[in-house]
Order: sequence, then structure tokens, then C-alpha cells
Amino acid sequence: MSAHGDSKDGYDFAHPIPVPMLLAVFGALVVLTIITVAQASFDIGSLDIVVVMVIATIKAALVMAFFMHMAYDKPFNVIVFLSSFAFVALFLIFTMSDSSQTSPDFEPVIEEAATEMASPAVEAPAASE
Amino acid sequence: MSAGSIPSGDQIKDPGYPTASENYLTNSKGVLSWLFTLDHKRIGVMYLIGVMTAFFAAGLLALLIRLHLFRPDGAVFTGPEANNWYNQVFTLHGAIMVFLFIIPSIPAALGNFLVPVMLGAKDVAFPRLNLSSFYLWIFGAIFFVSALMASGLDTGWTFYTPYSTTTDTSVILATSGAFILGFSSIFTGLNFIVTINTMRPPGMTWFRMPLFLWATYATSIIQVLATPVLGITLLLLIAERVMHIGIFDPEFNGDPVTFQHFFWFYSHPAVYIMILPAFGVISDLISVHSHKRIFGYRFIAYSSIAIALLGFLVWGHHMFTAGMGPMTTIIFSALTFTVSVPSAIKVFNWLATMYKGSISLTTPMCFAIAFIFLFTIGGLTGLHLGTLATDMHLHDTYFVVAHFHYVMVGGTLVSFLGALFHWWPKMFGKMYSEFGGRLSALIIFLGFNLTFLPQFVLGSRGMPRRYATYDPEFQTLHQVSTLGTLLLGVGLLVALVVLIRSLLKGERAPANPWGGATLEWQCTSPPPFYNFDRPPAVGDPYDFSDIFWDTENERYVTVVPERKTVPTEKPEPAHAEGTH
Amino acid sequence: MSTIEAAAENAHDAHGQHHDHDHPSFLAHHFDTPEQQFDSGKLGIWLFLVTEILFFSGMFCAYAIFRMLRPDVFEGCSQFLNTKLGAINTGVLLFSSLTMAWAVRCSQVKQDRGLVGMLAATLSCAMIFLGVKAIEYSHKWEMGLLPAGMFFYDPANPHPESHTNYLFYICLPFMILLGGVVIWLLTSLVTKNRFHIQCAMPLTVAAACFFVGIGLGMVLESGDSEHVSDSHHSEVDHLAGNSPQVTMINSGDTEVLERLAADATNSGAKSELTARQRQFETAGTTIVQEGDDIAGAIVSVEENVMTKRKAGVFFSIYYCMTGVHAIHILVGIGFLVWLLVRAVRKDFNPQYFGPVDYVGLYWHLVDLIWIYLFPLLYLIR
Repeated sequence: MSAHGDSKDGYDFAHPIPVPMLLAVFGALVVLTIITVAQASFDIGSLDIVVVMVIATIKAALVMAFFMHMAYDKPFNVIVFLSSFAFVALFLIFTMSDSSQTSPDFEPVIEEAATEMASPAVEAPAASE
Repeated sequence: MSAGSIPSGDQIKDPGYPTASENYLTNSKGVLSWLFTLDHKRIGVMYLIGVMTAFFAAGLLALLIRLHLFRPDGAVFTGPEANNWYNQVFTLHGAIMVFLFIIPSIPAALGNFLVPVMLGAKDVAFPRLNLSSFYLWIFGAIFFVSALMASGLDTGWTFYTPYSTTTDTSVILATSGAFILGFSSIFTGLNFIVTINTMRPPGMTWFRMPLFLWATYATSIIQVLATPVLGITLLLLIAERVMHIGIFDPEFNGDPVTFQHFFWFYSHPAVYIMILPAFGVISDLISVHSHKRIFGYRFIAYSSIAIALLGFLVWGHHMFTAGMGPMTTIIFSALTFTVSVPSAIKVFNWLATMYKGSISLTTPMCFAIAFIFLFTIGGLTGLHLGTLATDMHLHDTYFVVAHFHYVMVGGTLVSFLGALFHWWPKMFGKMYSEFGGRLSALIIFLGFNLTFLPQFVLGSRGMPRRYATYDPEFQTLHQVSTLGTLLLGVGLLVALVVLIRSLLKGERAPANPWGGATLEWQCTSPPPFYNFDRPPAVGDPYDFSDIFWDTENERYVTVVPERKTVPTEKPEPAHAEGTH
Repeated sequence: MSTIEAAAENAHDAHGQHHDHDHPSFLAHHFDTPEQQFDSGKLGIWLFLVTEILFFSGMFCAYAIFRMLRPDVFEGCSQFLNTKLGAINTGVLLFSSLTMAWAVRCSQVKQDRGLVGMLAATLSCAMIFLGVKAIEYSHKWEMGLLPAGMFFYDPANPHPESHTNYLFYICLPFMILLGGVVIWLLTSLVTKNRFHIQCAMPLTVAAACFFVGIGLGMVLESGDSEHVSDSHHSEVDHLAGNSPQVTMINSGDTEVLERLAADATNSGAKSELTARQRQFETAGTTIVQEGDDIAGAIVSVEENVMTKRKAGVFFSIYYCMTGVHAIHILVGIGFLVWLLVRAVRKDFNPQYFGPVDYVGLYWHLVDLIWIYLFPLLYLIR
């Protein structure tokens, strides 16, 4: 069959990741988590969600590349996994854009007052007829 | 290619017949050996029995619908609950047909049998996962049956909110069933993708695979990507019913159209799950029974993948009248046109394959030709519905019903039957009556058209779908349609009888009854439980030049020219040596 | 080739002979080489992860739609999610990812004891995560922060007397589990069954870690809960205090309407006027009519976010997302226990470490999803 992506010497197809690398990745993830929590206490308005998603994506990329071995895996597997995000994006973008076009604020007039007022309002036109 | 004469001296390659201990059907005995089997062929046969049972049940429900619609006021259900009964009947007909029959039909019942054999492999990549898929199918079926037994289901197979979140019928049972069936579908698809990726034999590059495998691969991509979204949608629906999470409920800032987006994101690709395997079958059937190389192999292969991917972009065309924003409807309508192109390419390629071929009008070929005719009508009427302006009038009418029955019944079911007749000798080692088979194809073709052609007219004249009663002006067309259903039922019964009779009294089938060049015809009929002793030599799957008809034994055989290791003639001395 | 008419005797024997040194016991009969088996399994698990991503995408879509349409609801409700606990859970899951990746490495270099240790560590982290989750959930249920249909939170009385001790009921299955594992450990010590001892000990540690999580949650939640509700109240006051800076400049439309309504035959205009009057009375603030010019911007609208229809939906999404995530953790725990037993049995070697790798990938996906859930739910400002 085809040769496995990248195998270490002495192993047919295994690729053990060195421990220092694992620890370094973990350290980076912890640092990024601290940054993410810290940024929440600053108010940066609508940039907030962008920053948060960027940091989360960097963390995700680290987990995917090293813990999940994607950096050393066959390109086909990488394409398979990453393409799923393309479909998620497709789904989200179409549905969200449609929702934003068609969903004005659903909140009608306030609950109890409306139900009391509603009945006289219905009767009033009849009375004025 | 000469009929009946094999050049003398050539070697005939024919695997012969299997012994009882090799034959996968008989190599181990007892119910448990079937229930716990890991043999993909046995799993395929069990699936076949399961989906045929589901088809029969849902078919009876269809008969009930059409009988009821024989008269404008309803002929079967009467009384104050008549419409409720009718709602339940068409809902269960749709749900059982879609989830229990059509989606698993060709991939699970036939694909499970054929994929490893076409690859010359011993089994699928994950045999235990394969068996789990089958059991998940059984569990899903049990849930549907219990929904039937409990308070029934009347939401339509599409489960639209807010009715499905507020009706007191067995929505939770049915959606749980569909959820479980989703996993069955996902695992089957996963299994096939891995099998085709990693277990191809030496020499079988991607473009030397039978087109049935390309179709299965494309179908599996859709199954893996789309079905989980159905899973989460149904889970959220159940949560909405039980806990009122409020996502689809306007009472809580929710939006019923959101449910439709979620639902159709799966269900549109699902219809491509239904039709792509059918396309793959037809490619093989037409080529083999025309004894001619398939025209445009790469185009057909690429178009399968294109349909799989483009199919994800068009789900909104089921929702043109649901209340989406205008820009969204225009975009979806435009995208819908793109997905018709690959399907059309396939139809042209099949016709080009038949042209100047040596066509045998065997039963599978009759079904294949019927498929081309019926699917073309179904596909073209899909364009009527994909056009935004006309869909405004045709949505939720009988035009839609006719369209999808043309593609699903006239397309997938006809192809499934053709596939069944084509690979029946391989699967069970018996030949059936050609006369009976062709008769069934004819009756099914006539009955089907009689049933559904009038429904196009009904729809364009305004008859809404899912209605239990109707205006008397539509009565004649409805009655024609009902008569057609009876004829269709007879045709299906004839097909069933022909196949069952073959099991009991049919002739022993040779390894290659039709002259196919793909690998499944190189093992015995039925195959031994281990399929192939060693991976077979891979040639061109659509090259029939070395396959000849052996008249005495009534079978096709592969002929290998005799290999002479010692030359019989003395070679001439080379002229360059000078001295003559 | 493989039939009776050809070399029948050979066929069976040849097939039988294929099962010897070429085919080690860990290699399934339908694969040719261990590498093919590994590659197949790897592709299979990546495809499964694709299905998981698509599965969660539905809930992310619902989240995205609601956050887009009602950002104020999301801001208001995020106060109730304890950031400290969320951050601890994130750290715990990240650490479990580390130990899982390390476990895969151990299986590839045949470090059996390391493998068992790392799997046990991963299991323990998973249990701690669930323990913290249990505290978060039970606390919220007591406060009435439930999905929309069952929502009953009352800002005036945030901690009502609760008749059901939710925490106890959540802990009950884990207590039974711990009890069972301890009994298993004790019986295996008594019978001196090495294999059972080696399995039961790490599992006992892992099962006990659930209560470590509970303890952690209790310490941090009680320290913060008053703080949380205070901050929430101040948010509400902040919201209520700001009246909208709106002044109606041009209300010519109303004058026209009043003139029309004066005529008794214009019943429509009259009822329109009456409706507007009532709307004006019931709304706490000024009404903006169509066609009016507005001088200022609306800074914030006085409204109560903590209703069924608003906060309720936020919590519906919260419970759906974290709940399905927690179910995936439970399933992962099941697989990790299975792996641990196999590791004690020394099943894995450099030619056969697939199961550890595959469960590892699944576990990392669970972590990936939490990496996105944490900021999206807990860190909204």
C-alpha cells in the first residue's frame, strides 16, 4: 500500500511524538487560555467575538496539529477533517443570513398588559361603528 | 465479438461452482450463524429481506392512500376521524419508505454484498461495524413500528414545527427511530469510504474501479456529512417537545423556518443518497448488457462526486414558500440549476454507451432502459420546481408528489429492481425466468406511468398534496392514478414471484451469466465465504473484448490467449548477417 | 483458481496456510498488513470525527442565530456562568488531552506502565470535569435557570428553598460506581489476582476524582455565587437606569391622525389612535412612529432579560450544548476504561496501537469542542 506519512526510524508506521514537544504544546495552550480569560475583562465591543474566536482557533490548531498528529498524518486525512468545517460554514452562513433577513425582533407588546388591552381594543371598533 | 465460438487452443477461465462448504449461504448453519455473522454477504442478504419487508409495508399504506382517494369524499376512511387517519397513513408511508427502504436499499442491501467482491477483498474494512449498522436498522424499524402501534404519527415525514412540537401523536418514538436509522446510515457510509480507500487490490487505481463503486463512494460522502445534521435536528426536536427549549417556537423567539433549514440541510443531500447508487447501478447495467465499454467513464465518475458536493448547496429549494428572505430564495434557485448538469451528463453518457452496442434485452436491461426514461422525466420536472417563479404555484401540489415519485420510484426503485435481477444469479446462484422478469418490467413501467403521469396534471391544475378529500373536478385523474397503482402492485408481485420461484426451481447460475468484466464475475455464483483466495488480477472494468459466450454451457467465460513458452516456428535468420 | 473445477484440494489448504506468521493475532483476517489495518482505522476515525463536527454544528448554528438576533440576552445571562469554573474545566480538559497524547506515545514505544498511568490520568481528568459540571448544573437548577419551558428564575429570590437536592441525585450513580470499583479492588486484593488489582487501582483513583471535581466546584462556586448575583443585579439596574435618549422631533403624523379621527366615519383612524394611546401607556418609554426623525441613539432599552422567552432560550442552548458535550465525555470515559483494561493486558505494541490512537483522536475532539464552547458561552461581555 502507500507509505505512511512520516514514520520515525525503527518504526514501520508509528510516529511517537517526543515528550518535550507535548509539554511545550500544553504550555502554549494554557497560556492562550489565560489570555482568552483575561481579554474578557476588557471591553472591546464587537471585536470581542473575533478575538475570542481567533484565540480559540489557534488553540484548536495546536491541538489538531500536534495532539491529533495532523502535522504528520496523510494529507488525505487532513483534507477530510478540514473539509467538514467548510460544510459547517456553508450551513451556518446560509441559515444565519436568512434568519437575519427574516427575523425582526419577535418580541411583541409586553405580556399581561397586552392581553388585558387586547380585548377592549377588539371591542372598541365595534362600539364606535 | 463472436457469439458462441471460442477460438480453439485458448484457455478458458471460469471459476465453476462452489461446494456447499464454500458457498457463503451454506458454509455455516443455524439462525445464530446468521445473526452474529461478520460476512458482509450475509449482512447484505439480511438487509435485503429487511428493506423488502419495509417496502411491502409502506407499499400497502400507499395502496390505502390511493384507494381512499378514489372518490372525492374519501373512499376508505369515513367518519369524524377520517382525515386524521389519512394523515397518519401518508406520514407513515413517507417515513417508512424514506428511512427504512430507499436510503438503505441499494447501498446497504446490494452495496454490502458487492463492494468487497468488486474490490477483490475479503470483507469490508470494519465487519463488526457493518453488523452494528444492520442492528441499528432493526432497532430503528422497531421504533417506527411502535410509533405505529402507539398513537401513530400525523406530522408528514418532514416533521415540520410547530405542529410536530405540539401534536400529541408519537413524534418522539418516530424521531428516535429516525435518529437511530441515521447512525445505521452513517456507519455504512463510513465503512464504504474506508474500504474503497484502503482495500483496493494492486492495479486498481481510482479510474479502474467499476462505476458502481464511484457511486457508492459519492453516496457515502453524503451519508457521512449530512446525516449527523439530521441527528441533531431530531434531537433538538425531541428536546423542544420535552423541555420546550424554545429554538423553533416563536413563543420563545424561535423560528419554525430554522427547523426547516436544519431539516432540509440533511434531507436534500439525502435524496442524492437515494439516487446516486441507482446511477452507479445503471452505469454497470447498461454497459454490460450492451456489451460495450461505458462512454465517458471519467465524466460519469466526476459527475458522481459533483452531485454529492453540489447537493449540499441547494436545500433551500424545498422552502421557497416557507418564508425565507427573497435574496435567499433567488440564490437557492440559481444553485439548483447547477446540480441538474451532472445528472444530465450521465444520461447522455448512458445513451452514448447504448449506441452501436450489442444490446441484449434481458430483464436488467429492460429495467435500465425504463430507468433512463422515467428518471429523465423526473429530473426535468425537478427543474420546473427549482425555478422560483413556477414553484410558487407548484409547491405543495401533486406536481411535487409526481416529481419525487418519478425520481424515487421510477428512478431508484426501478434501478434497484434492475440491480436485483442483474446480481441475483451472483448472490443466490440461481437463474430466474427471463420471460417472467421482462413481463414484470413491462407491467411495472406501465403501471407506474399510469399512476403518476396524471398527478403532474393534477398538480398543475391545483390539487394540493396531503389532502384527504378534493374537488370533484379532479376525480377522473385520481381514479386513473388509483388504477395505475393496482397495476403497479401487480407488476411488483410478478417480480417477487419470479425471484422467489428462482430460489426454489431456478437453474444453477454460472459465474458470469451476463458477460461482465468487473471482478465480482470472476468468483463463483454464489461466492465462497472468503470471496477470493488471493486478490484477482485487475483489468479494465468495461473491456469486454476477452469475454465470450460459451454456448454449450450457457455462460460467459473469460478467454485468455494460449501462452506459448516455446516458439512453434523457427525464426528466420536475420538479413543483416550478410551471407544468404 | 478458488473452486472445485480448478485445484480444489489446494484452495482450502492455501487459504488455511495464509493464517500463520504473516498474520499475527492482532491483524484482522481481511487485512493484508498491520499498516493497512492501521491506515483503515485511522481514516475511519477521522470520518467519524467529521460526523461529530457536523453533529455539533446544528447546535452551533442555533447559538449563532440567537446570539446574532439577541446579543443583549446573551450578555445578560453569561453572568450566571462561573468563569473560574469554566476556566478550570478548560485547563483540566487540556491536561487530559496532554495525557492522552502521551498515552498514545507510550503505546507506540511499548511503555506499558506509562500507558496505564496516562490513561488513568486522562480518566481522572474526565471525572473531575464531570464533577465540576455537576456542581454547575445542580446550582443552576436550584436557581431555576432551566430551559425555556421550565424556566423559573426570580431575580428577587435567586436562591429559593429547594425541595430536591439535585446534586445528590447527580452524584448517586457516581457514588455507586465508586463503591463498585472499590469492592472490585478489595476482592481482587483478597484473591491476589494481579490482573484485577492492576485494573481496579487506577479505576478507583479515577472514580474518586469525580468527587475531587465536586469539591473544587463547591469551593469556587460558593466563593463566587453572591458575587455573581450581585454583579447580575447591578447589570439589571444598569440596564434599567439608562432611559433611552430619544426625543420625538416630528410627530406630524399623529396630528393628521387626530384630525381624521375627529370625524366619526373614520373608525379605522380612531381605533389606530386608541391603539397607539394604549401602546404609549403600556410601554414604559416613548414610542417612535414610522417616519419620525430621531435625534439621539438608543443607548439601552429597559427590559428584563431574565424571562422565559429570553434567558430561558439562552439556557436551553447552554444545556443542549454542554449536555451533549457531557454525554460525549461519558462515552469517552467508557472507551478509556476499555482501553485501560486492554493496556493492563499488554495488548499494544509498535505494530498495533490503533485503538489507543483512535480513542485519543476522539478525546481530542471532545477537547476541541470545549475549546470553542468555553469562550462562546462563558466569556461573553
